Amino acid sequence: MNGRGRFGRFGGQYVPETLMAALQELETAYSLAREEVSFQAQYQEALKTYVGRPSLLYRADKLSRRLGGATVYLKREDLNHTGAHKINNALGQALLARRMGKKRVIAETGAGQHGVASATAAALYGLECVVYMGEEDMARQSLNVFRMRLLGAEVVPVCSGSRTLKDAINEALRDWVTNVRDTYYLIGSAVGPHPYPLMVRDLQSVIGREAREQMLAQEGRLPDLLVACVGGGSNAIGLFYPFLQDNVQCIGVEAAGKGLDTAEHAATLGKGSPGVLHGTLSFLLQDENGQVLPAHSVSAGLDYPGVGPEHAYLRESGRVRYESATDEEALAAFALLAREEGIVPALESAHALAHVIKIAPQLSQAKIILLNLSGRGDKDVETAAGLIPAVAGSKQGRSKT
Amino acid sequence: MNLLTEKLDNMQKRGEKALVPFVMAGDPDLQTTEALLAALVAGAADVIELGVPFSDPLADGPVLQAAASRALLAGTTVRNCLALAARFQGGQPLPLVLLIYYNLVFRCGPEIFCREAAKAGVSGLVVPDLPYEEADALNYAARGEGLINIRMISPTTGGERLANICRSAEGFIYAVTVTGVTGERRSLDPELPLLIRRARQYTNIPVLLGFGVSGAAQAAQAASLADGVIVGSALAQRLAGVNGVQDKCRVATEFTRQLREALNKGAKNEG
Repeated sequence: MNGRGRFGRFGGQYVPETLMAALQELETAYSLAREEVSFQAQYQEALKTYVGRPSLLYRADKLSRRLGGATVYLKREDLNHTGAHKINNALGQALLARRMGKKRVIAETGAGQHGVASATAAALYGLECVVYMGEEDMARQSLNVFRMRLLGAEVVPVCSGSRTLKDAINEALRDWVTNVRDTYYLIGSAVGPHPYPLMVRDLQSVIGREAREQMLAQEGRLPDLLVACVGGGSNAIGLFYPFLQDNVQCIGVEAAGKGLDTAEHAATLGKGSPGVLHGTLSFLLQDENGQVLPAHSVSAGLDYPGVGPEHAYLRESGRVRYESATDEEALAAFALLAREEGIVPALESAHALAHVIKIAPQLSQAKIILLNLSGRGDKDVETAAGLIPAVAGSKQGRSKT
Repeated sequence: MNLLTEKLDNMQKRGEKALVPFVMAGDPDLQTTEALLAALVAGAADVIELGVPFSDPLADGPVLQAAASRALLAGTTVRNCLALAARFQGGQPLPLVLLIYYNLVFRCGPEIFCREAAKAGVSGLVVPDLPYEEADALNYAARGEGLINIRMISPTTGGERLANICRSAEGFIYAVTVTGVTGERRSLDPELPLLIRRARQYTNIPVLLGFGVSGAAQAAQAASLADGVIVGSALAQRLAGVNGVQDKCRVATEFTRQLREALNKGAKNEG
């Protein structure tokens, strides 16, 4: 991180003039809160007593045996209150919003997990909450739409563009431009203009800090390899960041959708190029003229044509490697974890698992892979039921234990 | 001297108010836009702001989002927007500014983009998602080609930034009249007169008001505060309401004439 909110050449603040004052206000408020003992104490307390942290670090022996190679550990962010890592960030930012005297928070959501986390934090801290969600995502994630409304949030359907996460962010930014004086924009991933990528990374770094300590306590050493899925990239940066100075390999897994050789994928770092979207210079799926291309993934949370600027930097510097997994591979991983470990992962996290399935067999048992299981899959059961014919009424055998 | 600067300076000296209509290039196709440009000239526009459609126009309200979608659907590209600008400049020596989101410039490369824009006869650029702090590369490239990267200010622009923005501004200052996205509004932001007074402390160049100017009454009000208006959504809305090039051109000419008269009246009421 250098001056003006840059990670190498990536990052920055590419926003309409009207938002510049709000970003400066946020930057100031956040840098004060970051150093303030009482704010940090309040946040840590909420993580402990409300979210249920630390989340477990679980050695998935049965899965590891099935894969027949490296030992796989799961960082169980799916066990957090509201079922994903998103709550770590939402609570921190909602506390900040309250500290800044804002009465209204707005958020965008793809899979609905960040919307649910924001609605939850808003309910807890007594804030008004409006969530923008693409119409297509609302159809894919109707359960989460109901949860948000149950929590007292207003869910606004976004019908413009591809009607997914990208357009929900556009709409949230437009709301913010309009209501900037009393509204806090609670962004859900390590994307957007500075200071959001930095702030979201800080708030999600609890994942990596805990995992590091837990791994040292349980194995007496650091893992060899970290694997996390990347849409905007908040769970991945949260896991990777505390390990970046260590000799630990990091792999981010993007959604390859129907395949990297098709037009239907969300592999921004794999197939994209540098560009400016949603206030930041990062990698982008775009055509030769600079028009943003629609992304595709079976998982709404990865269905995003941009990515956080710090990932663009880590890709360019070579510190983190970025791979991808297709819809099909993710669905297979989703089913495998359910059968092998009795854990239904979010389809997003299943992409990371799909990559582990590919590489674990090539490694010896002495090697340790730490996978960020960023969310639980209850929200995806309906989608998966339509796509995994083997599950519905099949007699597919279980592997022997 | 830059055509835009020359035109606006002269108008300011004569106490005239500038009328800057905005049209989205390629909405619904480039032939229509080309005809509309002539219709706007006939309606006594002083400067024309030509929008380059972008897939993710986050500073725009629903009317201009829809206009951009139609234009993209028709296959409009940066290249053919510039070709349109060049054809227009071949006929009418009226200053033209491009409204363009930064990714389109970035993708092309600021230097190449500015060279091509200057070659097409464009006088200035309005980049709504490129604030002062991020504009060094584009400023440099624009200056090298005699183009002006137009500075924007808004009711939320704070003291020190406002001073820096205004002091470095050329051509005109684009004052965003509402706290919000583009689109018609019933009233202008109550802090607008204060914003203009603050800007005047640092610069003498013309200040034009844009975003939310919906019709003749507001144009007159705006003229009593500033040096002119930019009218986008209100025109796009009226154009979307009629079919066929001829009718669209008639609407464009009539509406710009109404605005022209309102501005002239507003100018008389000033001070």
